Amino acid sequence: MTEWDVVVVGGGNAALCAAIEAAEAGASVIILEGAPKDYRGGNSRHTRNFRCMHKGPLSVLTDIYEEPEYYDDLLRVTKGDTDEHLARLAIRTSESCLPWMERQGVRFQPSLSGTLSLSRTNAFFLGGGKALVNAYYNRIADLGVTVVYEAQVTHVDIEDGIFAGVDCTVAGQPSRFEGRAVVLASGGFQADLDWLARAWGPAARNFLIRGTPYNKGVVLKDMLDQGAESVGDPTQCHAVAIDGRAPKFDGGIVTRLDCVPFSVVVNRHGKRFYDEGEDVWPKRYAIWGRLVAAQPDQVAYSIIDSQSINAFMPSVFPPMQADTIEGLGQLLGISGTELKTTVEAFNAACRPGTFHGNELDGLATEELEPAKTNWARPLNQPPYYGYELRPGVTFTYLGLKVDDTARVTGAGGRMPNVWAAGEIMAGSILGQGYLAGFGMTIGTVFGRIAGREAAKYVA
Amino acid sequence: MSLEPLDLAALDVTQEARRQVEICNACRYCEGFCAVFPAITKQRMFADGDITQLANLCHNCQGCYYACQYTAPHEFNLNLPGILAEVRQDSWDRFAWPGAFAGAFQRSGVAIGAALVAGFAVIFAALVALRPASGEGFYAYLSHGGMVAIFTPAFLGPLLVIGIGLRRYWAEVGGAQVRFAHVTAALKAAAVMRNLDGGQGQGCNFEDGDRFTNKRRYAHQLVMYGFLLCFAATSSGTVMHYALGMEAPYGLLSLPKLLGLPGGVMLSVGAVWLMALKLRAERALGSASAWGGEMAFVALLGLTGFTGLLLWAVTGTALVGPLLAIHLGAVLAFFLTTPYSKMVHGFYRLAALVRDAQTNAKGA
Repeated sequence: MTEWDVVVVGGGNAALCAAIEAAEAGASVIILEGAPKDYRGGNSRHTRNFRCMHKGPLSVLTDIYEEPEYYDDLLRVTKGDTDEHLARLAIRTSESCLPWMERQGVRFQPSLSGTLSLSRTNAFFLGGGKALVNAYYNRIADLGVTVVYEAQVTHVDIEDGIFAGVDCTVAGQPSRFEGRAVVLASGGFQADLDWLARAWGPAARNFLIRGTPYNKGVVLKDMLDQGAESVGDPTQCHAVAIDGRAPKFDGGIVTRLDCVPFSVVVNRHGKRFYDEGEDVWPKRYAIWGRLVAAQPDQVAYSIIDSQSINAFMPSVFPPMQADTIEGLGQLLGISGTELKTTVEAFNAACRPGTFHGNELDGLATEELEPAKTNWARPLNQPPYYGYELRPGVTFTYLGLKVDDTARVTGAGGRMPNVWAAGEIMAGSILGQGYLAGFGMTIGTVFGRIAGREAAKYVA
Repeated sequence: MSLEPLDLAALDVTQEARRQVEICNACRYCEGFCAVFPAITKQRMFADGDITQLANLCHNCQGCYYACQYTAPHEFNLNLPGILAEVRQDSWDRFAWPGAFAGAFQRSGVAIGAALVAGFAVIFAALVALRPASGEGFYAYLSHGGMVAIFTPAFLGPLLVIGIGLRRYWAEVGGAQVRFAHVTAALKAAAVMRNLDGGQGQGCNFEDGDRFTNKRRYAHQLVMYGFLLCFAATSSGTVMHYALGMEAPYGLLSLPKLLGLPGGVMLSVGAVWLMALKLRAERALGSASAWGGEMAFVALLGLTGFTGLLLWAVTGTALVGPLLAIHLGAVLAFFLTTPYSKMVHGFYRLAALVRDAQTNAKGA
């Protein structure tokens, strides 16, 4: 049986970066991608940008975005739940990654319409994450890397602390690949609903999974079972509120709904449960996944009137529409009378003032519980529109602990020939919360490190 | 203008395109590839005319298909270049006048072949019937008057018919009054095929899967500029004949030859290159039903250029007669089928670019 220099488990951004670095260094590399070719690339195929430090204008990035500000942004979302050493390494290295990515064939474009707030900090991929994935697959083909699709790794064979090979199924047939080093880049476990249900409770079965159905965490669990050290809260996942009609898996970007701040959000009993106008949507949308997950049947309904229908990005599915609030409630399958009572109470609590959709306008309700503290404009201009909201899981936090060479720590200390990169270790740095484009930064930085280190080990 | 009967099949492709465009509008990852996506993001609702405009604006670079996270087997099943190509074909059928010819040559290579044979027959018959008593060069076979009698109506008639189609197009997409700036913007985009350059000059996805190349763009430019040079050669000959009293045959250093020789070479080479690329391309990403018609059209275009070159090469030999018939027959078939063949794409695409320049100017 062929012994590969480097076996890369996974086929997304981190795996591809590792494969490129290792192959460029002269190693023989095989990529084991669990998905079929059409779905290759893991969650990277759904991404759209790369958060990048820069001391001056860089490629499509304007102005400057330096380490202290970047790190502050990370601290704000993680509330300090990060490994400062690894985080600063990722941030600092991101600047040299962007030109490297361009050299591998990745193309960037200025921030997309509706994402102006990210034009300074995030470099957008021309065509999105799948275009980036395609560019990397073309690059590794040119470098002579072997790719096996539908190769689902079931066990990482570690003998006396040393990696020897992986057991897997290829298109359902048992198979084994031996290698002198391994890079584990097979993502989190968010597509394993049983695991989510064990961690979160039975409510998790009603969650929608925004990304690939192939991230079932099999390799992560296998490594943890073999004594690898973990990081990140095993019970938590990152979830946002998305269109309740989205596909169970792989709905991606289009299922997002940006209407919440302009709406009244009720649960299936027609009751409000949180301040919809707490802050501008980009800063708040991440908490709504949990808020909706905590409601009965993990569902909520965002109600707007015709004044707001054009105030946010178009939705992929058209909203339910009715001429009365009561009628809209019935269309949504909740009590029209309850919804009417809630909206009437909300409307009565609204106060005169000027509405500004793009900033905190202070237009707040009075004597309403819970209050709506901005954009509180009565719903009184028919037709009325309603969207069903459900929690959409983006990623999980539990991962493998790595050092600054991306090496995995086992029961007996750092493993000599096992590296990890991407979502499978991102919990080290992103312990909670979410920072747009940072997952791709972690994947690129640590994927490259892992590939280089693995190649150095086998050289 | 009377209302056309409802074409249910046409409504279906427009509806399917609308479904796909609405998904694109919620995603927007492809904004940097071409003019279609910025045009989509300007709207939230898409009337049938909007879909027609987007379809004709699309140059079928296929970049959005390969970058798309929602292509089959995903349940959203997006294939935007494919469905826009179908809408485009349907729109040309709908705008074609008279309706009886609609689609005949766009979709059928056999029909183009038949038109070519008919063209040969007409010219052979003319050669036999109208053979002049005297004359130099080509005019020894077919008098100048005979050529003018055949080709003036064969050229002006189709142009008139295309004008009718363009008027219908303009009404459907809700076009406004055309200004000089709109036209120059459109011509600039067409001159470099900006919408086939992938947004950053890397080209399109066509003959090599998800890899970008400029081959199709360059092949198309060879054909387009080759055609324009040939056209300019003929026009310069017309001017020399009528305005300057200089009759053919023209020498190697005359304007018709200086324009026509490189034009003929470019047209011939470009057409063969385009066909070779098309053979390697993914048919489902274009209008699959029009594949034969498109291929035959490119072949016909290449044939006009190549036989024109051959005709020059055999000057003074006995082959001039038969080759003249073949060349003029091909030219005749090309002109007469223009309003109903792939050739109309140039006119509608230019109209779409003008319309796009209008909406961009409004938004600025």
